[in-house]
This record gives sequence, C-alpha cells and structure tokens, in this order.
Amino acid sequence: MTIPFDYEIMRLIWWLLLGVLLIGFAIMDGFDLGIGALLPFAARTEEERRVLINLIGPTWEGNQVWLILGGGAIFAAWPALYAASFSGFYIAMIAILLALILRPVGFKFRGKVQDPRWHALWDWGLFIGGFVPALIFGVAVGNVLLGVPFRLDETLRPFYDGNFFGLLSPFALLSGLVSLSMLVAHGGALIALRTQGAVQERGRAYGRLAALAAFALFGWAGLWVTFGLEGYLITSTIDTLAPSNPLAKTVITEPGAWLANYSAHPWMMIAPVLGLGGMLAAWLALGMNRYMTAFLATSAGIFGIISTAGLSLFPFLLPSSVTPDVSLTVWDASSSHLTLFIMLLATVFFLPIILAYTAWVYRIMRGTVTAETIDRNPNAY
Amino acid sequence: MIDMTVVDLSRLQFAATAMYHFLFVPLTLGLSFLMAIMESVYVMTGREIWRRMTLFWGTLFGINFAMGVATGIVMEFQFGMNWSYYSHYVGDVFGAPLAIEGLMAFFLEATFIGLFFFGWGRMSAVAHLVVTWLTALGANFSALWILVANGWMQHPIGSTFNPDTMRMEITDFMAVIFNPVAQAKFVHTVSAGYVTGSMFVLAVSAWFLLRGRHIGFAKRSMAVAASFGLASALSVVVLGDESGYVATEQQKMKIAAMEAMWHTEPAPAPLTVFAIPGDGENRFEVQIPFVLGLITTRSLTQELPGIFDLVERAGERIANGIVAYKALQDVRADRMNAEARATLEKTWPDLGYALLLKQYRPDVENATSEDIAKAALDTIPNVPVLFWSFRIMVGLGFYFIAFFGVFFWVASKHRLGDNRKLLWIALFSLPLPWVAIEAGWLVAEYGRQPWAVEGVLPTFYAASGLTLWDLAISLTFFIVLYTALAIIMVILMVRVIQKGPSDKNPLVETPAGTPFVPQGANAHPDR
Repeated sequence: MTIPFDYEIMRLIWWLLLGVLLIGFAIMDGFDLGIGALLPFAARTEEERRVLINLIGPTWEGNQVWLILGGGAIFAAWPALYAASFSGFYIAMIAILLALILRPVGFKFRGKVQDPRWHALWDWGLFIGGFVPALIFGVAVGNVLLGVPFRLDETLRPFYDGNFFGLLSPFALLSGLVSLSMLVAHGGALIALRTQGAVQERGRAYGRLAALAAFALFGWAGLWVTFGLEGYLITSTIDTLAPSNPLAKTVITEPGAWLANYSAHPWMMIAPVLGLGGMLAAWLALGMNRYMTAFLATSAGIFGIISTAGLSLFPFLLPSSVTPDVSLTVWDASSSHLTLFIMLLATVFFLPIILAYTAWVYRIMRGTVTAETIDRNPNAY
Repeated sequence: MIDMTVVDLSRLQFAATAMYHFLFVPLTLGLSFLMAIMESVYVMTGREIWRRMTLFWGTLFGINFAMGVATGIVMEFQFGMNWSYYSHYVGDVFGAPLAIEGLMAFFLEATFIGLFFFGWGRMSAVAHLVVTWLTALGANFSALWILVANGWMQHPIGSTFNPDTMRMEITDFMAVIFNPVAQAKFVHTVSAGYVTGSMFVLAVSAWFLLRGRHIGFAKRSMAVAASFGLASALSVVVLGDESGYVATEQQKMKIAAMEAMWHTEPAPAPLTVFAIPGDGENRFEVQIPFVLGLITTRSLTQELPGIFDLVERAGERIANGIVAYKALQDVRADRMNAEARATLEKTWPDLGYALLLKQYRPDVENATSEDIAKAALDTIPNVPVLFWSFRIMVGLGFYFIAFFGVFFWVASKHRLGDNRKLLWIALFSLPLPWVAIEAGWLVAEYGRQPWAVEGVLPTFYAASGLTLWDLAISLTFFIVLYTALAIIMVILMVRVIQKGPSDKNPLVETPAGTPFVPQGANAHPDR
C-alpha cells in the first residue's frame, strides 16, 4: 500500500488531530465537568439539582467518549507519549479516574433512592467527578509546559524521577485554575442557556465570574510563560521523516523559548487572542443575557486556550526536565507511518458520522430543562 | 533491575479491574439485544406489555451499564499507567484497535444510550427502536475491537519488530483484524454475553413467577430469553475459541496446560475428564480417547505437543533469541551495521524469548544454560488453575445448553410457571454465566502467562517503573471504591426488581400545556 502523505505531513496531521480530540473533549464534555463542579452551588434545592443533572444527563455519556477516544488516539498515534505521561502522572491519573468513576454511577444511582442524605452523597460525588478532572487536566498541561522529570533508557523504557507533590508547583496550579475556570464558565453558560429561574440566574452569575477569572488567569499564565518560564528548544538537526527515536537529538532550555513559534509565525497569535477574547466576550454576553453568544464565546475561548498551549509547545509533546535531550516531540514520538495512515482513514471515515449523530441527539433533546419536563419522563435522573 | 513486587501488584490490579469490569460487560452485550428484540415486538405488534418489558429490563440495563462505563474508563488508561513499556513496545499495533473501538463503537453506544432513556416521547416509535438497536450494535462492535486487540496479544500477527524504534509495528492491518484467534474470541465472547443476558432475564422472571407477580410479563420475558439463550448457548460451546489455540506455541502450551498434558500424546489425543494435576504428572486421570485431538486440531493425524516438549522448544527459541538480542545491540550501537540487521531480520521472532532471561540477569547475551533452562520452565502457566478453570467453563457451557433447551421446550408448550422446581433452578442458576465467563478469561489470560504479548513481550518486562507506594495507593482506592459500588449496585438492582415493572404507562410525554398526571411511586419504577 502506498501512503499518500509523507511521514512528516502525517505526523503533523496527527498533531492537529490530537488537538481536535482534546479540544473536542474540552468543549463537549467540558460543560459536563463544569456543571458538575457548579452543582452544589448553582443548584440548592432538590428540584434545582435535578434540573442540572437532567440537563446533562442524556448526553454526558457520549461526551465522555471524547476523553476515551483521546486516550485511545494517544495510545495509537503517540505511544511513547502515552507510555511516559500516563505512568509519570500515575497518582494524578488515579485521582482523575476515581473522580470520573463517580460520574456514571452518580447520575444513575442518585435518583434511585428517595432520601436527602443519599442525594447529598451523590451530589458531592458528581461535584468531585467534575471539579477534580477539570483541575488536574490543567495541572497536567502546566507540568508539560514546565517539563516533566522523566528519563528514557537505551531500550526507550521511561523512568519517572518526580512524585505527585512535585506536580503541584505554583505555575502548574495556575494552569489548573485556568482549566477549571474555563470549564466552569462553559458550564455556567450552558446552564444560562438551557434552564430557567433561580438556577439559570446562578449559572449565569457563576459563569460570568468564571469567565472573568479564566480571562485573568490565562493572561497571567501567558505573562508567566513570557517572562518567568524556560521553554525548550531543539538545537540539533532533526529528521522529520526518520523512524521515531527520541534519543537522536539535543535539546536546551531557554527563557522565552515557548514564544519562538509566535515570533516565527505571528498569525499564531490568533490562538491566545481567541482565548482571551472568548472569555471576555462570554463575560460580556452573560452580562447582557445573550446566552447562546456566551456559550459560543466560551467554546471559542476553550479552543483558543488549548491551541495556545499546543502551539507554544510545538514540536514538543512532553519535554523532559531532567534529560531535555529525550523530550518527546512530534517528529520522534509518533507511531509508524502506516499506523498513522490507518488511523487517519478510520478518523476521516468515522468522525463526521459521530458529529452527525451527536448533532441529531442534541436536536432531539433540545429545549429548556425544567422541573416539569423532568417529571414527564420516568427515566429521568 | 525490575521490581517483581511492583510487577505482581500491577498484575493483580489489572486482573482485578479487568475481571471486575467484565462482570458488567456480558450483561450489557446480552441485555441490549434482548431489549432491542422486545422493543421490536412492541413496534411490530403495538402491544403495550412489550414496551413495559423493554423499559423494565432497560432500567436494570442502565444500572449495569453505568458500572460498565465506570470500570471501563480505568481499563483504557491502565495500559499507559501500569504497563508503560508495553504501551511503548506494542502501542503501534495494539493502540489502533482500541482507538477504532472508540470511533466506531463506543461513541455509538454511549451517544444513543442517553436517547434510549430520555428519547421516549420525543421521537417516533420506529426511531426509538433504531436508537435501541444502535445502542446494542455499538456494544457489540465495541467487543469486536477489544477482542481484536486482545487477540493480537494471544497471536501477534501482521506486525514486525523495528530495531530503530525498539518496538513492534504494523505491517498488515487486515491480518490484525482478521486474526483467527480474535475472530473466534469475538464470537465466543459475545455469545457468552448473550447467555448472561438471557440467564438474567430468565432468572428474574422465574422469581416473579415464584412470587406469583407480573405473570404475563414474566412469561413473555422468559420465552424470549429461553430462545435467545438456547441459540447463544449452542453458539458459545460449538464456536468455542479453542479452534484458535493451535495457532502458536503458547496457545499450544495453553491447551496442554488446560489439559494437564505433560507429555505429547499420539494423535488424536485423548480428552482428560478428571485428574489431580501435580508437578509433572497427574493422579486419578480419567480420559476419553481421541476427543481432545479432534476438537482442537479438527484432524485425526495432527499431534498435540505436551508441556515438556513445548518447554524444550522454548529453550531452543531462547537460545535463538539470544542471537537476535546480540544483533539488536549491534544495530543499536551502529545503525549502519548491515550484517547485524540481516541477522535480526531472520531471528527477531525469538527476541521476546531472550527477554524472558531479563528476570535472571540484565546481560542476556551472557546467559548460561542454567538460566536458559529456568527461563524455559517459566513458559509453563499454572497448570492446576487452568485445568480446573477450563473444566468449570466447559461444564457450565453444556449445562447452559441443557438449561435453555428445557426452558425453550417448556415455553413452546406454554407451560412456563407450572413447575416450581424448574423456576427455583432458574433462580439459582443466575450467577453461573458469570462464573463461566470469569473462568474463561482466567484460562485465556492466565494461560497466556508469562507473556503480555505471546512470544514478543514478557509480562514482567512490560510493567511501568512505579513504586510500591503508587501501587499500594491505587489498589487500596480501587478495592474500597469498587467494593462499595458493587454493594450499592446489587442493592439498587434488587430494589428495582422487588418493585417490579410498572403496570401503568407513564411514558407518553404529556404534550406541553396538558397537566401532568401524578401516577404514584409505582409508576416510577426507576426513580
């Protein structure tokens, strides 16, 4: 079989697709996480909580597949990244998994027993299921920007020199708060868009606060990256068509290196501008009761913020802080040319179908969610 | 050096989470089709009881599905977390079916499951039926791709070792998909799921009949489950995945271990019905001549090798693997070394065997003949466990054929519920499909040891370099959370069953403006 794109292009395509999947996850499941994190605050009575839970109840399961698919795609397209990052972030990953386990059972089990203590238990379960992943995913990205303390031996076996508490540096925590606030803003916008009354008002207020926080924290993180953070730079030549071998290059750290791509390609500034502008627009739109606009603005903001991180890192995927030379990059951590091609065919075929039926499901479930609409369906959560 | 305690705990965690996950998967596979069949009858006949059946079983399905999702997400990430060298070494091949599973199957299933519960009254009956079928199809496609991935671990074809990237890479994806082991496993596994779903419906319905409740509902459910269950039980036994076991050395080893066949028997080999497997010999052996050879080789002349002959072969492959290992080191030292590359090209299929030596010494190339002998003995899986797990599975398989056969016959005579003893038998048979399935996975995966990927990558060599603390923390949390969730799930299912199907039809969404008619707690079986 001849493969229509060369290896370099294919790696670039898969870098873009990695972005598409992560952004897809953050936009599609992000409001589920954000609403989970808002649940105890935006909804105070049993009726209000059921409104929020049933707002996302019919679709969150499909949305979470973006994360599953993201994990699968990293495994298939960037196996070295999958191996080094998931084992390196072991305890953080366990925390995310334990939190995510609480979501499906929380949605399903909560309404099966009529007891306020039972409800309260699962409300906190759903809160953890939203809050913890939203925060930790951001902390993880922050650590990637800082560089992760991993080594590779001659056989490309990854070793990790850090521990869980090493992940909690100030910059990483700031990144975690960026992620949390942007997803809460996104969730708040959806609450404002699709509910009524007191819940809607609180969703709007929290969403507004979160959008402003996301704007400020993302801006702060940007300044930190510009003035306070060492980026990574490949100093040797790198063969973008060669078999993936992360041991064949030299890398240095340098202040401001994460901005190199923006200097070389100023159009990339669209990403941070979109990140800041989206969150600011969401803040304004929520203030003017333009909820659909606000939801689109938070979506655009998320797109901009994640793209900013990706473009800053490029071509790095996972820089190593202890042995920068073995940092994983787009050019030396991918699957084989053939595997990338097979996966591309599968993605090009299935992703449009997925988007089509997802859109259809959202169309069927459209409309404002209220206590009355919930009571009509005995299957409601 | 590799910390064997960490390896053992990682194996324990993976085995425990995988076996726990697979308590829920088979019921999802089986019940989703049963629901789709019931809803099809509803749409075709318009009779309300069939919709009530779909809903009631759907409620139980939903509880089970939530547990499946909760435990499945752990599986997807555990490869990278606990098996990072595995992920690096075979991700190029193994990752693809997992990712395609997400694209083709799990997205379908997880998107439409929401509409199954929330879509009633928002779409036509036919559209809803399509949604239910798509959910069921998604679940089954999901099993297909997971078993393609698993099949490759048992029989790694369509791939080659690349010394430049130090890993296995795909050469022929079609071979990976149409791997005979994977295809046999798929049919066998989904059939086992259908048996589980049928048993669940039958046993719960039997309980209703024993209590004299929901008679019409229970009898109809039983009739569907008995026919679907009979077809599935036949399929699970007749299309057992044994046929794939002759494909490779370790599969042969697995079959020899399952049969506790220490020495090569003249073809066609006898089937051992009973024995107490010891170390190198069996006591109290009861054998049926010819049967094993016939069912595994489908021939009268093909010989099945015994365990000790296979160990001898493993020793030869380890010796050859050392040649491959040396060549690999030469290639890594000098990428232009054409001679070493040519040697590796010829010998790489045995490279994995050399890695078995890593447990005894890091400098594999200096291995002594004692090291090789020890590593060769490591290729024997746990014989007594395999021997008995296999017999439990097969014994239950034949029991299921008889069981569903009897119920099918009784149902076709319209005499379900006449014989209370039979109903009690149905109720007490409820856990048996799970026993058979877990025993089956034990045979398949414990029998694969010492390999993570047969002949390619030893399990101990595939683990992440985690600390004991990492494993202690994760195992503790998994055990506590999973135990709590299992208890809650069983209590909730029992409550739903005790409440029984609703006699009213609460499902027609009242058009906007008409007042909602409260129908009492009974109308809300799943709230």
